[in-house]
Amino acid sequence: MDIATLVQILDSTLRLATPLLFACLAGLVSERAGIFDIGLEGKLLIAAFFSAAYAHYSGSAWVGLGAGVLASVVFALLHGVASITFRGNQLISGVAINFLAAGMTVVVAQSWFRQGGRTPSLTGDARFQRLELPFAEALRDVPLVGQVYSQILSGHSILVYLGLAMVPTVWYVLYRTRFGLRLRAVGENPAAVDTAGVSVVGLRYIAVIIAGVLCGIGGAYLATSLSAGFVKDMSAGRGFIALAAMIFAKWRPWHALGAVLLFGMLEAVANRYPSLDLGFVVLPGQFMAALPYILTVVILAGFVGRAIPPRAGGAPYVKER
Amino acid sequence: MKLTRKFLGATAATALFAGTALADPAMVYDLGGKFDKSFNEAAYGGAERWAEETGGSYRDLEMQSEAQREQALRRLAESGSNPIVMTGFAFMSVLEQIAPDYPDTTFTIIDGVVDAPNVRSVVFTEHEGSFLVGMLAGMASETGTVGFVGGMDIPLIRRFACGYAQGVMAANPDANVIVNYTGSTPAAWNDPVRGGEITSAQISQGADVVFAAAGGTGVGVLQTATDAGILSIGVDSNQNHMHPGHILTSMLKRVDNAVYEAFTEGAEMETGVHVMDLAAGGVGWALDEHNEGLITAEMHEAVDAAEAAIVSGETVVHDYMSDNSCPISVN
Repeated sequence: MDIATLVQILDSTLRLATPLLFACLAGLVSERAGIFDIGLEGKLLIAAFFSAAYAHYSGSAWVGLGAGVLASVVFALLHGVASITFRGNQLISGVAINFLAAGMTVVVAQSWFRQGGRTPSLTGDARFQRLELPFAEALRDVPLVGQVYSQILSGHSILVYLGLAMVPTVWYVLYRTRFGLRLRAVGENPAAVDTAGVSVVGLRYIAVIIAGVLCGIGGAYLATSLSAGFVKDMSAGRGFIALAAMIFAKWRPWHALGAVLLFGMLEAVANRYPSLDLGFVVLPGQFMAALPYILTVVILAGFVGRAIPPRAGGAPYVKER
Repeated sequence: MKLTRKFLGATAATALFAGTALADPAMVYDLGGKFDKSFNEAAYGGAERWAEETGGSYRDLEMQSEAQREQALRRLAESGSNPIVMTGFAFMSVLEQIAPDYPDTTFTIIDGVVDAPNVRSVVFTEHEGSFLVGMLAGMASETGTVGFVGGMDIPLIRRFACGYAQGVMAANPDANVIVNYTGSTPAAWNDPVRGGEITSAQISQGADVVFAAAGGTGVGVLQTATDAGILSIGVDSNQNHMHPGHILTSMLKRVDNAVYEAFTEGAEMETGVHVMDLAAGGVGWALDEHNEGLITAEMHEAVDAAEAAIVSGETVVHDYMSDNSCPISVN
């Protein structure tokens, strides 16, 4: 493998990891507050559709991003109402979100655009353009540092950098602010938080809305940056991979970044080498494509240490009388 | 009680009459969906053309999941639709089972062969069409490396890949053909993001013409190729208009003609295997105002010559599906 190939794979890794990163952080915030979120996939999908639709109508990717985030937040609130206010089963509510998004996007797209459940192709400013980082051109020929900076880090859409910036932000909010402390406490022992006079329901709603915003950005990135428009089921299971990455990372933001980069790299390698020749054995394409899922099973089987979820996760909070 | 039964009987009889009286043709689209801008959309175009010209009406259905296939066909057959046309090899196993159950209904399957007295099987010689666009790709490429992005990894798509590779080699024996498939499940027909990333990977390996035979995934391939400033080749329908000036050509598979003929001939059509080859105009390549600037006179001549040679039998393009192997090693 030469340097150019490596650079290409890492470049592709960063692009493919970004939607996973947003979804993963969204799930992390939500689950840290004690709300299991299987609906990441559905939120990505609904955001992808609405961002593509409004980017097409307005001709601006930013308007699309706003619409996508809004749609995702609406779905997040639906999840919130079902699982926080009405104390429903969080897993079932999440599954419902996924089904609703898969069906609704295609129906609405068909009724708006009459193109069989897709949006028209986006062009020009309706998509997020690639961004050249400052000095990228000047540093291009510097060995290693220049290559990493100008060929791997530079030249992505602004949402990729936003995603990377979200990692320290989420870490800071969770571990260095009063709000973050309460959020984590609400996922571990809501009764204690309630006793301290802080609203459990309020905190959980805020967490769910943050998850909605993050998923919304991830979905908009899929439709208005990675590709040019929405096609049905375009999230293609990325919400579930993000869920696995979150468990792999044991609900920690920096580890989440590592996990999504690993999953992104597996996909990038599978794209680059349909069958991988390791010298002594040739791995077929099907194996390469299945690798993220095999890894997920290995992770969930506990081969990388126990992954302990937040203690109050999945349980609706009932105030004692 | 008696009265109710009589009423029920009367309604049933009316329903039955309505069913037989209709006898409208029906169209069933495969999982890619009616508007995949490619294979199924070509079938839709044929059906619409028939409806426009004859003023007739037809029923159509889009598959949402594998499990619906049998149910959909039985529903249409029982409601009296005749003939019933379906697109996609995936219907083969289902049709084999249900065709004998409805001997009075004529079925047409596109891209698959089912041996039953009431089934017309339409197959295309995709390797011949792919050969022609492969020649164009080989001549248009400056780097000598061209790419192929397939949808689901199945023999039919390998037939495209193999014909394409032979065409490229015929135009430029030193060329390098990179072949990728999007996946091994039906989801591979609808993943433009992955299609785009595969295209980027091929571009980094030097490809400057990419042929997408991948249904809805192809939209991502064509988009990425256009963004990167290289040429791409569409498939099934004429996709030249999607990115004018950036799509070298489209390999046409006249699914629309197959559907149109089946609808026109109606239930009394001749059954058996129908081969739509280059000579019969079943496959070809697209030239219109969107790509005329990309096709030089020299390229046009060479392809015309190759076309004539294939039609006359002078050139034989190897068919991957005849022996599940390709004379040119494609990796």
